[in-house]
Amino acid sequence: MTTAKIVTSGAPAKEVVKDASMLKQKEMMAAHYDRLTSAPETGDKVAATFVPGNLNELVMCFDLLNNLPEVNAIQNGLRRISGNYVLEAEKIGHSEDVCTYVKSDIGMMAKGNIAPNGKKFPNPDVLLLSYTGCFTFMKWFELLREQYKCETIMLHTPYMGEGKITKGMIDYMVKQLREEVIPTLERVSGVKFDIDRLREHLKKSSQAEDDLVRVLQSAKAKPSPIDAYFGGIYYIGPIFGAFRGTQDAIDYYRFLREEVEDRLAKGQGPVTPDGDMGKEKYRLVVEGPPNYTSFRQFWKMFYDEGAVVVASSYTKVGGVYDFGFRHDPSKPLETLAEYCLGVYTNRSLPMRIDMLVNYINEYEADGLLINSIKSCNSFSAGQLLMMREVEKRTGKPAAFVESDLVDPRYFSAANIKNRLESYFQMIDQKRSGATAAA
Amino acid sequence: MATSLNPSATADLVARANALFEDLSFTSARQWKAAEPSRKVVGYMPIYVPREIIHAAGMLPLGIVGGGDQLEVIHGDAYYQSYICRIPRSTIELGVSGRLDFVDGMLFPSICDVIRNLSGMWKLMFPNVYSRYFDVPQNYRDDIGGNFYINELAELRNDLGELCGKPITDDELRSSIAVYNENRKLIRELYALRAERPWQAPAVEVYLMVRAGLLLPVEEHSALLREYLAGARADERPKRDNCRVVLTGMFCEQPPLNLIKSLELSGCYVVDDDLLLVTRWLTGDVETEGDPLRNLALAFLHHSESTAAKYEPNQKEKGQHLVRAVKRTAAEGVIFAAPSFCDPALLERPMLQHVLKEAGIPYIAFKYAENSGQMQPIREQAGTFADSIKQWSGA
Repeated sequence: MTTAKIVTSGAPAKEVVKDASMLKQKEMMAAHYDRLTSAPETGDKVAATFVPGNLNELVMCFDLLNNLPEVNAIQNGLRRISGNYVLEAEKIGHSEDVCTYVKSDIGMMAKGNIAPNGKKFPNPDVLLLSYTGCFTFMKWFELLREQYKCETIMLHTPYMGEGKITKGMIDYMVKQLREEVIPTLERVSGVKFDIDRLREHLKKSSQAEDDLVRVLQSAKAKPSPIDAYFGGIYYIGPIFGAFRGTQDAIDYYRFLREEVEDRLAKGQGPVTPDGDMGKEKYRLVVEGPPNYTSFRQFWKMFYDEGAVVVASSYTKVGGVYDFGFRHDPSKPLETLAEYCLGVYTNRSLPMRIDMLVNYINEYEADGLLINSIKSCNSFSAGQLLMMREVEKRTGKPAAFVESDLVDPRYFSAANIKNRLESYFQMIDQKRSGATAAA
Repeated sequence: MATSLNPSATADLVARANALFEDLSFTSARQWKAAEPSRKVVGYMPIYVPREIIHAAGMLPLGIVGGGDQLEVIHGDAYYQSYICRIPRSTIELGVSGRLDFVDGMLFPSICDVIRNLSGMWKLMFPNVYSRYFDVPQNYRDDIGGNFYINELAELRNDLGELCGKPITDDELRSSIAVYNENRKLIRELYALRAERPWQAPAVEVYLMVRAGLLLPVEEHSALLREYLAGARADERPKRDNCRVVLTGMFCEQPPLNLIKSLELSGCYVVDDDLLLVTRWLTGDVETEGDPLRNLALAFLHHSESTAAKYEPNQKEKGQHLVRAVKRTAAEGVIFAAPSFCDPALLERPMLQHVLKEAGIPYIAFKYAENSGQMQPIREQAGTFADSIKQWSGA
């Protein structure tokens, strides 16, 4: 497998090393944005929806293009234009206290709704409000509905507060899908629902999910061939976005798996923007989303110290596959319900702690790092208790840093770097203590 | 307070409600529990739980709405980042400081992600206390959201039956529904009285009377309300030259009492609000014949308050509850008062403001925390708002 050096836009020009899979994904994303922005000419209709609870297989059954406002906000964060959008939204009355994904999206609309390819996003024909694991989603799409005045479908995913999926939850979701979501998508799209078509997409999802899990679990090796947080964010892109259930996703994840297996066979570590990471010194589990406005700077703080993330909760926000769940074409609507119910942020706090403890043990990590995000109460509320519980149950040290998703005002590089350096020292001390005790 | 209290008829009642409000040890609930060894107490947080089911189990529903401005939060801050609202940290403070050590169960309703996650924290921190996230449907069809909700209610009924040691019967539920119907009717009367003659039932008194309902057995609370209503109707209090406002956004974390007082002192009669919505969430009587869980579910689906924690399926209906509240109470403006970092209130606010703008209803907005101490800026803002309303209405 190959890596490539490319020059990113913006000054100062610097060569960024990318895996071949990253380049392939970039092409996929570019093609998708082109399809979206060409919708007015092609006549394609557009459904906007969310990453957690993304029903891409169903959306595709109606020939609808899937547009994900969170992904657009991330793109704007990575391009460092989200800050102005957030300010724009605050200027028109949105509180400084609320989610910056929402404000980036609202600000982008106010500034012309320009996609990453420089062309205008089409207005959505339908807002598929998959209300899964995040309260803000509900208000976000009410806000968008106010602007777009288009049809909006609520699909309510009950929260797994008691740590289990009940028959009542599944029945509720399947009935919503059967009697409200599907008929509305039929009406909006003019395409009749074909359950066999859904089954085909689900079958493809399952294939790609197998490969994704193998990629993520490759991090159990020492050294890990991947970074399961910073690199993992690239890996989840297609399957959490508009590609799950497509042949493109199958091809991408096979390609990615082979690429990772090749690195594994050679005993190589992850590829970072500055090339091979070098010696793996620290293995971490990370809880919480990343900061996108200083994404590379944040990542560099890790790989400069030889820290690799071997598992992360954020890469489960659009679906948890590593404990066995796969989309099951034999029960198409039930499997969509189970998928939504199982996403990371729809799990109770004790379930989330269990997952993190499992990752620390299974991936033989040195500890837990929490990146607490101001915007995201779904993730952040309770993280300090989670940190203590994980420390108590694993005996491994944990650390806590704070930033935001796409608001550059809340990324304090010096503070984060200081805390990370202290944390790595703490791990060293813990190790030397353990060695001395032995 | 001097002008808003009439010592002859309501002062004792208000003083009693105020004592309940200030008592962070929940003495009255403790005493209720201690009176019989089998008694149990189930706490609940905003925004709504069907208290009828707790009552039918012979238990005391106890509203927990944070610690207010008199509670020193020592431990609670260690559980939350600075950008999270205050109610969960003061609620944890109540828990870890032992103030809730007599509470046998806690319900965390579907309102936002912070309270949702607190349900899991409570399970971890207080493993011997029954705790449950109480989900409600965001789909309002009887055969979809209704069935889901009936299942949720049945699970809660089953759990509370186990907690109290005997199953809750349909008759017990019907009887509790009737008791709460009466309580809701009295609360509606209280709100109607205030809307009609706000000088007779000042906002701070109404708040204390309603807040007492979170702490007292419902029968006792209804008796208190009856007495207060009789006194407030009979008294003649001086009418001020205040404007009339609807207060919105205060449905979870509570404002300091001083904030409510300050609004009236600055020239605003509060004629409607969304404080302590659990006491009037269901807007009409719940049917007392037939399947009680189904009746509670239908009331929730079709006769419950509109608020930010609920999805509004109809865009045209979005925010109209506020416009209707303004018209119903002859209000002249709306005050958006939201707790800092409150996702539901703050995300909802721009949409509601757009609706008010279209309807030509003036508004102002500010934020608070339950421990806000400095009222002068709020008083100035509200005072200016009141003055400008008077100018507009005279134009």
